[in-house]
Amino acid sequence: MKRAMNLMAAAILTASSSMVFAQTDLSLWYHGAGNDKEKSVLTGIINDFNGSQDDWKVNLAEFPQESYNESVVAAALSGKLPDILDVDGPLMPNWAWSKYLTPLEITDEDVKDFLPGTIGRYDGKIYSVGLWDAAVALFARKSVLEKHELRIPTLDKPWSLDEFNTAINTLKMDKDFEYPLDLGLAWKGEWYAYAFGPLLQSWGGDLMDVEKPTAEGVLNGDEAMAFGEWWQNLFTKKLVPGTSQDGADRETGFLDGKYAMQWNGNWAALAALEKFGDDLLFLPAPDMGKGPKIGAASWQFGVSGSSKNQKGANDFIRFAMQDKYLANFSNATGLIPATAAAAKMTENYKEGGKLSVFYALTDKQATKRAVTPAYNVATLEFEKALSDIANGADVADTLDAATDAINKDLEKNKNYK
Amino acid sequence: MNTDKRSTVMRYLLLTWVALLFVFPVVFMVVSSLKPDMQLLQDSASFRAFLPVGDISLDNYSNAWDRVPIGRFVINSVVVTAITVILSLFLCSMAAFSFVFLEFRGKAVLLSVILATLIVPFETIAIPLLMVVNNLPWIGFDGFQMGWLDSYQVQIIPWVADGLTIFLFIQYFKDLPRELVEAARVDGASWFQVFYKIIVPLAGPCFATAAILKFLVMYNQYLWPLMTTQSEDYRPVMVGLQYFFQLDIAWGEIMAYLSIITVPVLAFYLSMQRAFIASIASTGVKG
Repeated sequence: MKRAMNLMAAAILTASSSMVFAQTDLSLWYHGAGNDKEKSVLTGIINDFNGSQDDWKVNLAEFPQESYNESVVAAALSGKLPDILDVDGPLMPNWAWSKYLTPLEITDEDVKDFLPGTIGRYDGKIYSVGLWDAAVALFARKSVLEKHELRIPTLDKPWSLDEFNTAINTLKMDKDFEYPLDLGLAWKGEWYAYAFGPLLQSWGGDLMDVEKPTAEGVLNGDEAMAFGEWWQNLFTKKLVPGTSQDGADRETGFLDGKYAMQWNGNWAALAALEKFGDDLLFLPAPDMGKGPKIGAASWQFGVSGSSKNQKGANDFIRFAMQDKYLANFSNATGLIPATAAAAKMTENYKEGGKLSVFYALTDKQATKRAVTPAYNVATLEFEKALSDIANGADVADTLDAATDAINKDLEKNKNYK
Repeated sequence: MNTDKRSTVMRYLLLTWVALLFVFPVVFMVVSSLKPDMQLLQDSASFRAFLPVGDISLDNYSNAWDRVPIGRFVINSVVVTAITVILSLFLCSMAAFSFVFLEFRGKAVLLSVILATLIVPFETIAIPLLMVVNNLPWIGFDGFQMGWLDSYQVQIIPWVADGLTIFLFIQYFKDLPRELVEAARVDGASWFQVFYKIIVPLAGPCFATAAILKFLVMYNQYLWPLMTTQSEDYRPVMVGLQYFFQLDIAWGEIMAYLSIITVPVLAFYLSMQRAFIASIASTGVKG
């Protein structure tokens, strides 16, 4: 009997000691399946976090980016969301409104050094934090601009609308190039709102007024109409390749000398630098009247609304926000680190680094896309409208139709209140 | 050259042109899988796209293997496809047999309902189906669990019976001589014996056709596994294709991946080709 009691006591002790040291599993979904560089950095952060404390163990599940959102929505519908998930910045408000995400236990103080575009705020609360951002710039060649005696714009003094128009019309005359500018219309989807939404904002328009909320007078107001006319002019005058642009031309057209300039992101910068070296320029967005603007907000981490381990999930995100990890991500991917301190630790974004201009561009020109749950619909309508206008549709009718569609969605969802 | 010879030459030229039209995409895929991205994109605008010229190597294949667990994905797809095809042939042929040879109340209505499913796109039932499978019980190696998400069964069971396959069997069975069935029944054969001893041996080409059509549907599954698989343990090849679409798209690796995952399809088709053609010739069914 005594022996049996001893065995039982030993068993209880063993069980309780294993309970003390067992880490609670946290599931983390990430959009970067197939990207070894990102995986290696993220796995490093996860291993460091798991080894740094005894309470939580993060388990990574990767999903391909192209279909990540569909996977998350399907999981949300079936109540199977993970504890931590990443979200594309502009979609965050919709996921927050849909309760896929819950506010983070991260304060303004925690993110005071972060680039504005990396912080996902909605309804006054922080729902997501990004470890990096991306930026677009006007890729150009110094020798080409000098040959045509065009002023090289700077961050402090970007091209005005007139200067920009003059530049592309002048370059149009140069028979060495098929087009003076490539906007990349071979790329579909979010590229439109990310790359061209800020141009509309620079004209004084926007996808919608998120406060009212309505697209009326904003997407079809006078400024937006003027933008639409200017946009259509680019295609009717053959200043840029149209919507039927070959994907291969988008990839190699600027490098091959088909296009004099290209509107592209920092992810394409290293290949261009390799080709043109010191001759390559990354020019800031032109000022169309209301200040020069480029898109902001890339992928960010948030905590799911259904997570039963919110403390652990928040602990992980806070842990991942350390400068050394931001720098690691940037070094691995070429994307812009979220803080200045991390930028200094990177090869490309430290002072004098090959891509440091992109950090400055983000810091100075980055503008978030409309922060509203209605963004999911607005971005699709905006893409359709720009595509139609590029193909010759009536500007006023098209923007009115897009405005109506966005407002209808707002009405259907009771303004997402 | 006389008229007969001229018409033969013309016919062969036309056939050659049509054959090339169908073969070119496959040639492009395989040839492109051997080229670096930049060369692949540059060649795509010319006939060089179909020629293994320039900087040729197998690098894209090794990179694709490194990027994606291809072996795992191919096994997942083959397991899901094979089991679904086998179960589908069994269940759908038996259902068709019942509709053609048995008499039971409500047969016409039931058949109409099944055939009506042919015009319902899967996308319209995807979400309700997701809700259903998420609330179904399952007893497996891990014991009892609720919900089928992230498993093989969720990719198999909803697909084992479908209107098209049943319809295909019904059409074929209708043309079989009923006298054979009646004679077997007079001799004392049960309905199941009639099915597997008389009907199944006579319906080989139809089974082959149904198998190939089902194989293609299952091997190319994308939306459903995208919604229901959450780990690489169960992810099939078509979802795996999305791994290559990063900011900097690796076109050469995509072509290498496609070349690899096409092998099981080609192998299966070639093994069933003779029966497939025989069946098409006899039923007029086109895939």
